[in-house]
Amino acid sequence: MKIMVAVKRVVDYAVKVRVKPDKSGVETSNVKMSMNPFCEIALEEALRLRESGAAAEVVAVSVGPAPCADTLRTALAMGADRAVHVDAPGPGPSSPSPSPRSSAPSPTPRTPASLSSASRICVESLGLMEFGFKHFVAIDDDCNQTGQMVAGLLKWPQATFASKVILDKEKQEVTVEREVDGGLETLCLDLPAVITTDLRLNQPRYATLPNIMKARSKVIKKVTPQELNVEIKSDLEVVEVTEPPKRKAGVMVSSVDELIDKLKTEARVL
Amino acid sequence: MAPLTALRALRNRSNFPIFSSTASIAWSIRRFISTLVVAEHEGGVVKPSSLSAFAAAEAIAKENSISVLLGGSGETLQKAAAHAASSHPLISEVLVADAEILAHPLAESWAELIHSVQKKGGYSHVMSASTSFGKNVLPRAAALLDVSPITDVIEIREPRVFVRPIYAGNALSTVRYSGQDPCMMTIRSTSFPLLVNSTNTEGRTVPINQVDVSVFSEESLKKSRWLKLTSQDTERPDLGNARVVVTGGRGLKSAENFKLLEKLAEKLGAAVGATRAAVDAGFVPNELQVGQTGKIVAPELYMAFGVSGAIQHLAGMRDSKVIVAINKDADAPIFQVADYGLVADLFDVIPELLEKLPEKK
Repeated sequence: MKIMVAVKRVVDYAVKVRVKPDKSGVETSNVKMSMNPFCEIALEEALRLRESGAAAEVVAVSVGPAPCADTLRTALAMGADRAVHVDAPGPGPSSPSPSPRSSAPSPTPRTPASLSSASRICVESLGLMEFGFKHFVAIDDDCNQTGQMVAGLLKWPQATFASKVILDKEKQEVTVEREVDGGLETLCLDLPAVITTDLRLNQPRYATLPNIMKARSKVIKKVTPQELNVEIKSDLEVVEVTEPPKRKAGVMVSSVDELIDKLKTEARVL
Repeated sequence: MAPLTALRALRNRSNFPIFSSTASIAWSIRRFISTLVVAEHEGGVVKPSSLSAFAAAEAIAKENSISVLLGGSGETLQKAAAHAASSHPLISEVLVADAEILAHPLAESWAELIHSVQKKGGYSHVMSASTSFGKNVLPRAAALLDVSPITDVIEIREPRVFVRPIYAGNALSTVRYSGQDPCMMTIRSTSFPLLVNSTNTEGRTVPINQVDVSVFSEESLKKSRWLKLTSQDTERPDLGNARVVVTGGRGLKSAENFKLLEKLAEKLGAAVGATRAAVDAGFVPNELQVGQTGKIVAPELYMAFGVSGAIQHLAGMRDSKVIVAINKDADAPIFQVADYGLVADLFDVIPELLEKLPEKK
């Protein structure tokens, strides 16, 4: 069985993003980019499944402009066997085009969907929060749609927000614990299935130097959306991107008494 | 067309200022707006987060005709349907899907259900609250209908123009939906408070109709099975819609110390929240996590104890009305968003608060 992991290149999660003055989007030039943390977790889980003998091969896939190859290289250094780069032009994080169009999450799920039918992948791990335009669960766009849409397009069962994955090779099924509003929910899915990861699934490994060297000789196959018969068109246009409203500056109090007094008389919340 | 009579009745109501531009009013006259709200229910009542979705549906158009979709099985479903029928004046129909496969929130069967109800009803908008249920089900249903869904809408400017947070709430993106109907979205319930007067629905009878569930394709539904739900039953108010939230971070140091916070919450009638650090360290169960990957809360009063204020945590509470931060570290980022900050050891502050706070009414 093969596992496909969709990874996305995003602004590093520790960066405080700045909105461009012309309201066209968020400043991404000269900003540190890295692999979406959820995608790292998805990849780690896939590698563990491979190491436990449940899967034979882990394929990393990224959709976007040229620099996405760097993200795939990172995935290969972590241990993915090979990678596929769906070279989609457009407003990727490093795209030179000044006018960001927005995202249509629907074409992109179709990309992994067509890939997975092409290479008969059994389990997919996707990160958890997905992004409209490039569509992998990502912390920049906070969409949280890709995995579900991929599953819908493939008519495969889905398990989102996974915090525990147990694969049964014999029965061809996977048991997944999900993080839901009320606690933890356990589902059992027939393979093939789509799984999206929660932060609590695992602790991703770091790529070691020898593995980074080895990753240089691994293959990144480049395909275009046209080759996959996917049309990337958008149902959503971004009108503007603005700063969230600023909170008015707060005050520091010096004692609990003062705090309670302020909450009673000024804020009137007690 | 039952909705039309309802609409006529509504024309005479005082309307509320939703639109800022005349263009959108023209648009709404030109097109008939009807919304399907996929609602969640528990114990025979519609959940508060779903009630907020009705308020959001009203924000799309003041002459919206809302159909509510409820699924599940048994007596509580019928009770919830009756509750839904009387929960908002714009509701024109309650659709009830009574089937064993809908008893649990499995995305496969729910997405099929939404797909078939939409095909029959031809709604212009389909929405649910951004709960783990909504986020799980709606995008899948959107893929079946071949449209792009919109996540976590916090403001509706026009029937097809929405505002949603990106980058953990550090930027707000205004998007225009230009695709085919339906426009599908999940809404952030804390951004659409339900107005008290909107529950005035006397004198209207809302039809409750059964959905034909025999059409489901068995084959795709057998692929997933629901095994169990492990949850913490607490007496405290639900984190998502509590008036007061007290949150603990890594600074609490242990699960034992979280008991202190629980005492304080009891005194304030508050819900208890936690940072990811506190959950990962095993102090409290995961469903208490507030932040980008946990729950989004916007209470009147948010008190953070031993919380540093990472970007991902702020994403979940920055819209609280009043934020209070208690932290030993004067440089903690949480103080930049706090209305009232106190640099002190929380182990001194909590007992003192317990002693001095007025008894809750």
